Amino acid sequence: MISILNTYEAVQPEKVVFWFKAAPVTKFPKNGGACVKYKEMQIAVFNFTREGKWYACQNLCPHKMEMVLSRGIIGEEQGEPKVACPLHKNSFSLKTGKHLNGDLGRIATYPVKIEGDFVYIGFSE
Amino acid sequence: MKTVIVVGNGMVGYKFCEKFVSNVGQDFFKLVVFGEESRVAYDRVHLSGFFENGDAERLSMAPREWYQENNIELHTNERVTDIHRNSKTITTLSERTYNYDYLVLATGSSPFVPQMNGVEKDGVFVYRTIADLEDILAYADKIRKTVKRPKAAILGGGLLGLEAAKAVMDMGMEPHVVEFAPKLMPRQLDTRSSKVLQVKLESMGIHIHLSKATNQILGNGHVIGMEFGEDDILNVDMLVISAGIRPRDELGKSCGLKIGTRGGIMVDNTMRTSDPNIFAIGEIALYNQMIYGLVAPGYEMAGVAVDQIIGREETVMAAEIDMSTKLKLIGVDVASFGTPFMPAEKGHSIIFENKTESLYKRINVSHDGKRLLGGILVGDAKDYNMLLQMYLNEMPLPKNPENLILGSRGGEDVSFGSAMDLPDTAVVCSCEAVTKGQICCSVKEDGNESVKAISKATKATTGCGGCKPMVDDLVKETLKSLGKMVKESVCEHFDYSRQELYDIVKLKKFEDYDSLLDEIGKGHGCEVCKPAVASIFASIYNETANKQATIQDTNDRYLANIQRNGTYSVVPRVAAGEITPKQLLAIGRIAQKYDLYTKITGGQRIDMFGAQLYELPLIWEELIAEGFETGQAYGKSLRTVKSCVGSTWCRYGMDESVTFAIDIENRYKGIRSPHKIKGGVSGCIRECAEARNKDFGFIAVEGGWNVYICGNGGANPQHAQLLAEKVDRITATKYVDRFLMYYIQTAPPLTRTAAWLDKLEGGIDYVKEVVIQDCLGIADQLDREMQYLVDTYKCEWKEAVENPEIRARYTHFVNAEETDDNIEFVSLREQKMPKAWV
Ligand SMILES: Cc1cc2nc3c(=O)[nH]c(=O)nc-3n(C[C@H](O)[C@H](O)[C@H](O)COP(=O)(O)OP(=O)(O)OC[C@H]3O[C@@H](n4cnc5c(N)ncnc54)[C@H](O)[C@@H]3O)c2cc1C
Ligand code: SF4
Ligand code: SF4
Ligand code: FES
Repeated sequence: MISILNTYEAVQPEKVVFWFKAAPVTKFPKNGGACVKYKEMQIAVFNFTREGKWYACQNLCPHKMEMVLSRGIIGEEQGEPKVACPLHKNSFSLKTGKHLNGDLGRIATYPVKIEGDFVYIGFSE
Repeated sequence: MKTVIVVGNGMVGYKFCEKFVSNVGQDFFKLVVFGEESRVAYDRVHLSGFFENGDAERLSMAPREWYQENNIELHTNERVTDIHRNSKTITTLSERTYNYDYLVLATGSSPFVPQMNGVEKDGVFVYRTIADLEDILAYADKIRKTVKRPKAAILGGGLLGLEAAKAVMDMGMEPHVVEFAPKLMPRQLDTRSSKVLQVKLESMGIHIHLSKATNQILGNGHVIGMEFGEDDILNVDMLVISAGIRPRDELGKSCGLKIGTRGGIMVDNTMRTSDPNIFAIGEIALYNQMIYGLVAPGYEMAGVAVDQIIGREETVMAAEIDMSTKLKLIGVDVASFGTPFMPAEKGHSIIFENKTESLYKRINVSHDGKRLLGGILVGDAKDYNMLLQMYLNEMPLPKNPENLILGSRGGEDVSFGSAMDLPDTAVVCSCEAVTKGQICCSVKEDGNESVKAISKATKATTGCGGCKPMVDDLVKETLKSLGKMVKESVCEHFDYSRQELYDIVKLKKFEDYDSLLDEIGKGHGCEVCKPAVASIFASIYNETANKQATIQDTNDRYLANIQRNGTYSVVPRVAAGEITPKQLLAIGRIAQKYDLYTKITGGQRIDMFGAQLYELPLIWEELIAEGFETGQAYGKSLRTVKSCVGSTWCRYGMDESVTFAIDIENRYKGIRSPHKIKGGVSGCIRECAEARNKDFGFIAVEGGWNVYICGNGGANPQHAQLLAEKVDRITATKYVDRFLMYYIQTAPPLTRTAAWLDKLEGGIDYVKEVVIQDCLGIADQLDREMQYLVDTYKCEWKEAVENPEIRARYTHFVNAEETDDNIEFVSLREQKMPKAWV
């Protein structure tokens, strides 16, 4: 289980070498998330309409290793965009992956871009 | 520049560094720290937390970078082996030598392992470091391969022993606590309280063996048992020794510092040892002939040593040190403070004991009845903080001191003053030595108006966390005293209480979350306000959770209860628990088809577990075809109305409880509320449906129905209170209509009716005035609003399966057909269950 956690590593925008074409924009609810499969990975993608931004992070909640973050409620705490895990409400920054209400460590975040009504996620390999 | 060497990078050694760097400029002193453990200092107090997540990082007091940032030279994995006082140097295991101007010994203590045969065997452990815990986990894994439920003994029934017992129990082993004394926690508890604790622990599955002197540990190579007397043997697969601590004074001894007769390096009130350039702090220091095995005194010692070194000589250690303790983690409240056992010539004791509820409370009061001298609390320690403060600050006692443990029973004599009555000097957070005065001042002058802000500014609550409730009270009360309304605002995005939001939505006819937030809130919302507002929309317009799906809690968003492995459970409504054989067969067939785990719920219906997201609409389509509708088990809404068979079948029945329960359940089904609501209907006062356990309940009596409200099972059980007696069904329903509507409109988010009533000024009498006498003149309106909800009900699952757009939400991936391959099940008594967490 711990090993599955290690498969997710944050990708900085400048490190992107490959943009994965995930799905049409319309597949993602406004101000909500959905899960994208990329190879063996599950990536949660959020359409943060209120901010006019898109975010992506690992779907895996590091608390109990459940693939659920895409189903969490998104929002913001003191300006920091975040997602709250549906299982026990641990919340994580969508920008940095930082655990905001505890110290579970960071989750991996990924760059997102929109081109021609499609959502792309950036990977470094 | 002078060099300060700290030996030991444990909790107190770390605290020394922290206080040092915040007080001293880096130009004057250089700090060098040696730690024998490979990890940087971590929070030993919460060591057992390691079992929960296996995450050692989380426990560390500060990351390694912190030492760098503060120019502290840190050597971990490096034991100091000698001190040369003449040359003022130390040498380490890797034979390096370092000079010091001041030396601070913070080497802590090690577990005491009694002399007996067999302690060297495999499977015998102590409980002090993360490395110990890793060894225990690895061994447990190993034996679990051959033994299904291994037995683990804990030698020692003190504070730490019981914590270890709980930890091994959580690891799936059968815990056995073996104590030499005739009672548990002999240092903190008297015989009676200890007995109460024992019974409670036994009921939780912890086996207790008292008055046992262990002769030897049995086994060939690895432990298989413990021998007490000739025929007295306990078979165990693992043993954890927790029989006290011994100070690690070997360094002090070899360099000739003064050592106590039973160990520990002697210090005076400046924390200096017999060599004025050497200090000792924490569990190694023998102060007042005592070793203090708690963090709070250790932290204070660290502060004294820092001040002494930088020349603030007036800072010295207090003459008396408080050893009050509260046991954490074990699932039973246990606390003792001051003088827990008291000889009769010093005062008298007031004792309250209730064995059936595992409650014991004792306070010791001076002869003149004016001062609290100490006490013991088992089973309920919520008043511990306040009692401790009364004791520490020698506050005057109320006229009837028994109220302190029994609660005020009417009359004028309020048992506790508020936290505001404490003197400003009262130390509220003992770990970080923060006083009431500092907290209130931080609220008033620095504008730190929440517990979070206070904890950032003063560090209060960051240690053991025990003072949190009191800090919370202080913040609220101080704000009140400033004339600031302590608004129970929903969260940072809305400066309104839920009740205010409810009124605003209703008056201004807001219809969606975004426009409400834009108009009267700020920011982009969060997981607190979104579901709260969703519930308000539902209560006012009876809109289903499908309409604004992304502001719903996950359960509501997918109309199912999310379970441990991210799968969902499915619960169709079975009003009042009445179900036909045909319906039973249908549920059976569907559950079998989708391979679901089935179980009867506490609310008399059937729960099917283990459905994956994409299966939900398929399952519901079939259920709806069989005539079922959603049971809303996922919603903060009416769950079930439990019923007994009543006069239809039962020979005692006074009236038809099932019929009434079905009608009521159908009446309120689908209504969203601040929290879940449950009902019950019993056919007579034998109360087989446990109606007085519910948010509303009806009991048939001679001449009508008695109506009860605001009962609760759950974490804080509370009996429902009588709203009306001997009324007919129509009146009974009307009263509950109004009560529910009033609750829905006025309760804070996620507050059950019982907690709501507790906070409502005037209590049940006031509810009667509103609901029966109509003192607010809103009864008609409440009736109308409730009727609207009843009339506009629709099954949201039907809506979901018939609407392709909503149905499309039920896929795990938006870009692939596959399902979540992370979900794993194992078999369980011919069904399945989620694979255990790591
Ligand atoms: C399971 C558990 C639960 C506890 N719960 C509570 C609680 O609820 N409340 C409470 O107040 N207290 C509690 N305690 C006690 C608390 O943890 C100790 O009082 C505190 O850790 C003492 O701090 P210290 O720095 O003196 O010693 P330690 O934290 O033991 O640190 C000493 C460090 O020095 C190192 N060291 C020793 N000799 C050398 C050497 N020669 N060279 C280099 N390094 C050396 C050791 O390896 C160790 O890392 C608990 C303890 C345990 C084990
Ligand atoms: S509550 Fe009364 S009527 Fe109902 S089952 Fe029990 S004894 Fe019978
Ligand atoms: S009591 Fe309720 S919340 Fe707790 S484990 Fe059981 S089902 Fe879950
Ligand atoms: S699994 Fe995410 S918070 Fe517990």
